[in-house]
Amino acid sequence: MKTDDLVALLSTSLEPVDRRSVVRTLCVALAAGSIVSLGLTLVGLGVRPDLITARALIFLVVKLFFAVGIVSLALVYLTRLARPGGGERKTSAVLVAIPFGAIAVLSVISLGFAPSSHWDKMIVGDQWLECLLSIPIIAIVPFAAAIWAVRKAAPTNLARTGAFAGLIAGGVSAMAYALHCTDDSLPFVAVWYGGTIVLCTLAGAALGPRLLRW
Amino acid sequence: MATHEIELKALMLASLDSDAASHHALFERLSGRLRAFYSGKLARIGRGAAEAEDLVQEALLAIHFKRHTYDPAEPLTPWVHAIARYKLIDFLRRTRTSLDDVPIDEADTMMAHDDNLSAESTRDLEQLMQRLPEKMRCSIVAVKLDGQSIAEAADRCGISESGVKVNIHRGLKTLAALIARETRT
Repeated sequence: MKTDDLVALLSTSLEPVDRRSVVRTLCVALAAGSIVSLGLTLVGLGVRPDLITARALIFLVVKLFFAVGIVSLALVYLTRLARPGGGERKTSAVLVAIPFGAIAVLSVISLGFAPSSHWDKMIVGDQWLECLLSIPIIAIVPFAAAIWAVRKAAPTNLARTGAFAGLIAGGVSAMAYALHCTDDSLPFVAVWYGGTIVLCTLAGAALGPRLLRW
Repeated sequence: MATHEIELKALMLASLDSDAASHHALFERLSGRLRAFYSGKLARIGRGAAEAEDLVQEALLAIHFKRHTYDPAEPLTPWVHAIARYKLIDFLRRTRTSLDDVPIDEADTMMAHDDNLSAESTRDLEQLMQRLPEKMRCSIVAVKLDGQSIAEAADRCGISESGVKVNIHRGLKTLAALIARETRT
């Protein structure tokens, strides 16, 4: 085939291109992933029964702050990674570590104020196993949605793009799971929420090169 | 270098607004630069011009079908280079060539050279076209290869004018998918 023929072929039947489609597709995927995750949590696990108490609300807000912080920072970065050559600068990738760093510092402070006999309970909590399983499982749908959206674009760094798709999915999942979770301590959030979200990120990095090739 | 960027970007912006002449001019220029880029790289590992041309066409298809991922706030050259580089790495992996044999990161050289001697790739357009559904093939052959107008093509293929446009559009996508599948196996 002559390249000239191909070029001539491509120049026919052009349609105006929507320049915002990358960002819009990602936002649609994020919204859909969030709704499904919320639905799964509400139906499968149920809202925590003591949600109206002040303590429960405060911790819900803390967990949401952590998760939403991760999701919004990761989304900004993923919109860059979705474009060819995007997201090559390392500095902005480090920004997503901020929520993890913040929760780690707060955990250490709260452990410092508590007697060491409470530490076990604060870190391990009651439902660590449920948290460890739920967040990655709930994350599957938002992850699939994020991968679908990124595939419509053209990422060139597949492992990193997969990692950020996993990070967003983990964050969305944690947001939903927070409505159910009754373990109210900062170290618990840092270890089990933070840990499972990191797990989702690693899984995304491993799957990225296979799922995102174009 | 800087003037290339300004000219190419202007053509790209116009082609995003579906200006066919700009699109054509842009892709002609890009194919010259991509050809210089790929044949230079492939010559180092003893691959021929036809394989370089395969890559040129793959990159052009990618640039065309992924043009919505170009952010007009950014310069065009690095975006094109990122696609060209991605397709080169993909090719090297596919053919199990060591990435060490080919220096990948010479972004500045990408747009510097030009090779406008049109070449033939290893793909057979006729053969690929045979695999398209009848209406798509008819529309593309009529308008593109035989240079008929949309109205004439509609007459010849027995479909409406908007049908011709839709079939060309879909046919090109299918063609791109066929080319992609062929290179993968």
